[in-house]
Amino acid sequence: MVNTKVSLCGIELDNPVIPASGTFGFGYEFAELYDINILGSLSFKGTTLEPRFGNPTPRIAETHSGMLNAVGLQNPGVERVIAEELPKLRAVFSKPAMANVSGFSVEEYVRTVERLDTAPGIGWFEINISCPNVHGGGMSFGTDPKSAETVTRAVREVTKKPIIIKLSPNVTDIVSIAKACEAGGADGVSLINTLMGMRIDLKSRKPVIKNKTGGLSGPAIKPVAVRMVYQVFEAVGIPIVGMGGISTAEDVIEFMLAGATAVEVGAHNLVDPFASKKIIEDLPRAMEKYRINSLTEIIGGAH
Amino acid sequence: MKDTYFTLLSNKEIAKNTYEWVLEGDVSDITAPGQFVNIKLDGFYLRRPISVADIEGDKLTIVYKVVGEGTEKMASMKAGEELLVLTGLGNGYDLAPSGDMPLLIGGGAGVPPMYLAARRLREAGKSVSVILGFGSSDEVFYKERFEALGCKVLVTTVDGTSGIKGFVTDALGDVDYTYFYTCGPEPMLRAVYNATETSGQFSFEERMGCGFGACMGCTCKTKYGNKRICRDGPVLVKEEIIW
Repeated sequence: MVNTKVSLCGIELDNPVIPASGTFGFGYEFAELYDINILGSLSFKGTTLEPRFGNPTPRIAETHSGMLNAVGLQNPGVERVIAEELPKLRAVFSKPAMANVSGFSVEEYVRTVERLDTAPGIGWFEINISCPNVHGGGMSFGTDPKSAETVTRAVREVTKKPIIIKLSPNVTDIVSIAKACEAGGADGVSLINTLMGMRIDLKSRKPVIKNKTGGLSGPAIKPVAVRMVYQVFEAVGIPIVGMGGISTAEDVIEFMLAGATAVEVGAHNLVDPFASKKIIEDLPRAMEKYRINSLTEIIGGAH
Repeated sequence: MKDTYFTLLSNKEIAKNTYEWVLEGDVSDITAPGQFVNIKLDGFYLRRPISVADIEGDKLTIVYKVVGEGTEKMASMKAGEELLVLTGLGNGYDLAPSGDMPLLIGGGAGVPPMYLAARRLREAGKSVSVILGFGSSDEVFYKERFEALGCKVLVTTVDGTSGIKGFVTDALGDVDYTYFYTCGPEPMLRAVYNATETSGQFSFEERMGCGFGACMGCTCKTKYGNKRICRDGPVLVKEEIIW
């Protein structure tokens, strides 16, 4: 029997597989397809203080081995998330969930985390300082070490739950941002968010996405993500949640060897609604193939 | 919603740039006309959402227009190939409010979902009128199939090479109807919205990521709140639409 358990910031996961925010809603729609309690955890749809419609459509474009999205943090706002979405999630998911939070000012991050802090069923906060699809917030906090540290520190003051800062790859040096988050009191970092990209329609001669740019995800970004997890692992002492193009059990192992304690599966949930389930069920086979008894043992094994 | 393998039984060009696929597989999750399926193609990351034209036994018929790389690939595929298809997507048309004389209005690639709707309505004993709009006579398809169901069929073409010259709305004066169902390009839907006096249901198209409500890629605003075209739609009722 192989052991797929890992511990993320003091909370044990049955396996390291976590559907990524923005690709799994609030979980309950996937619960119609399978028992989502098999997941390690899930990171729910990015929540902001106020309701957000998001960007105009088209918000999606296909790419080779991936996709662009510019959804723009559509969500019903923290009050309705607490009143309507989380009870539906709790009805189908009995494990601690990861609350993904975005904001347009330090105060918004703080107030959203404060509101969610007392909601039942939340194990970690994943603070998104890396959304490339909104203006005047989101990624701007994640591209400068000082701002990243400021947000981390501010959120740190209002919750005792573990906080994991979700980092942008759209920076010259992701390591310096990760170190700033650690200095600000983060319990972990998750990476990578999407890479900013664009596609142009040859018939209309205009960008496919109305927002012009979108975030690239899918297998196309996996080597970039593995490289960044590897680099951040060498520089920080806090756990890393790795993500970027994961679609197989082998990908999970690759990210863990690079230094991830847990992983998130994103775009692949969208092309195969059963993706996270299949990866989890396939993990023991892949572990046996590569003679891994316990996943914990391989974290950072490539260093 | 089911994700199962279908076998392609036939692929034929039924009008200019327009192909009909008949597939064999588990169609049990397709419960209403106006729903769609999402097809995985080798070499493409996202699936192709295509509306259901007909289901009969274990056979699924879809009709698509070649508009890009994905549909070009589909047009080149041969009988016998296997495809992973996510079925039972979208709300589909609600046939309950149709009244005795429903009208179906399809434009171009919006014609196919009208077929299953017409068949169901005819099976329920309704007197069904159909307006099919195309650009030109070489694009016309399914006229005879609708007639074989016993529908009154009017064809319009923009260039006047077949049927009434003009748009689907130019044929509205020739039919009496109690309710309508429509699918087609957005300018057509808008024109139908403005030219019709009864209530009706509109099927919308949007670029989708997942096709089942997870990614929020296809959200639109309605009078009844934000809706995902893929899951809360693609069919919206006239009263809720915001243009």
